[in-house]
Amino acid sequence: MIGVFHPGRSLLHRAPALLKLGLLAAFVTAVALQGSLMALAVASVLVMVLFLIAWLPLRLVWQQVVPILWLLAFAVPVQVVFGGWEAAAMMAVRLVLAVALAALYTLTTPVSATLDAMQALLRPFRRWIDADRVGLTLALTIRCVPLLAEIVREVLEARKARGAEGSIAALAVPVIVRALQTAEHLGDALTARGFDD
Amino acid sequence: MTEIVFDRVSHDFGPDRVVDDVSLVLAEHRIGIVGANGSGKSTLARMINGLVTPSSGRVSVGGLDLARHAREVRRMVGFVFTNADNQIVMPTVREDVAFTLRRHKLDRADAAARVDAALQRFGLTELADRPAHRLSGGQKQLLALAAVLVAEPSIIVADEPTTLLDARNARLVSEHFAELPQQLVVVSHHLELLEEFDRVIVMEGGRVIADDRPGPALDVYRELIGSAR
Repeated sequence: MIGVFHPGRSLLHRAPALLKLGLLAAFVTAVALQGSLMALAVASVLVMVLFLIAWLPLRLVWQQVVPILWLLAFAVPVQVVFGGWEAAAMMAVRLVLAVALAALYTLTTPVSATLDAMQALLRPFRRWIDADRVGLTLALTIRCVPLLAEIVREVLEARKARGAEGSIAALAVPVIVRALQTAEHLGDALTARGFDD
Repeated sequence: MTEIVFDRVSHDFGPDRVVDDVSLVLAEHRIGIVGANGSGKSTLARMINGLVTPSSGRVSVGGLDLARHAREVRRMVGFVFTNADNQIVMPTVREDVAFTLRRHKLDRADAAARVDAALQRFGLTELADRPAHRLSGGQKQLLALAAVLVAEPSIIVADEPTTLLDARNARLVSEHFAELPQQLVVVSHHLELLEEFDRVIVMEGGRVIADDRPGPALDVYRELIGSAR
């Protein structure tokens, strides 16, 4: 979701975001409920076919999937010990498939299309829920991830330059102060752009 | 040009008076504001679209009092911040420009045409689908300007828009500012940019100490900087 949309003209790029969100939810639920390795192998082939249809650069796909591999490096051995190799393999395949499908959605769908889909979904509840506000909250959440990552990176560099690598305070205090300042500036910018209610 | 009126305006931040009894009528095409850090120039600029409400006095734009018509005034006044990173909300360049129009209730085709025109005007068409936070500093500031101008404001206020940029990007952004037909109020330390303006206001200690054509006003500012050494 963090600005990883990759423009294209494939069937998946052109499909409505709401339909893709529905299929994503259905597919991930189906994968989670599968109890055999054979069924998961078929699902894996299907996911690969979907990636081929989307025609995305391999590097981008790899960047999306690799973080879950780090988690699996710890989780799989634990699962092998407590549940056996078959349970561990199924857990690993389910997680990789779920992450791959979510990545496929974000790589083929601009955030603005997701916001429009969310607003369409919430329209029947407009008496109780402000769809614009929910959409804005989602957009800001997505925006704040790279913004906070940049703040942490700069503070880590400053901490290193001062020779205070081990200090938690030298990391936490500037990050919190800058995060609050950034939030205030972002609020001002939203007000200036007419989002002032 | 629209009249921006400051009528005996003061503003306090806690115990500090940052703007002190300022009265001005701004009706020129391009107006610059200079002053040292803490002189009150940014606070004054922020009052033009109601980001800061004065502690006393009255600010009006085109006859509309900010205290009662802040929302209407914000539709007329676009604001460009020092750090464009704080202004970018959406992940890609095109989406961020389009974000401004979400509250304008335009039909899809009209909004898309306005976004495309804004991107083209600032040479951002090629970068339209790139992640906005990965642009260079100059490109981010141009994106911020495009995101403001897509709403077609009649006044643009910019708070030190070139301060965080290198000389090349500062010149690029300045050139774009120079070409804008809108009424422009720019807070800047970039004196070359202000030399071509119609009027320059120099602030010190929350007060206006010079208000003149750029030549004489910038001489006052240079003298002020020199005397502080």
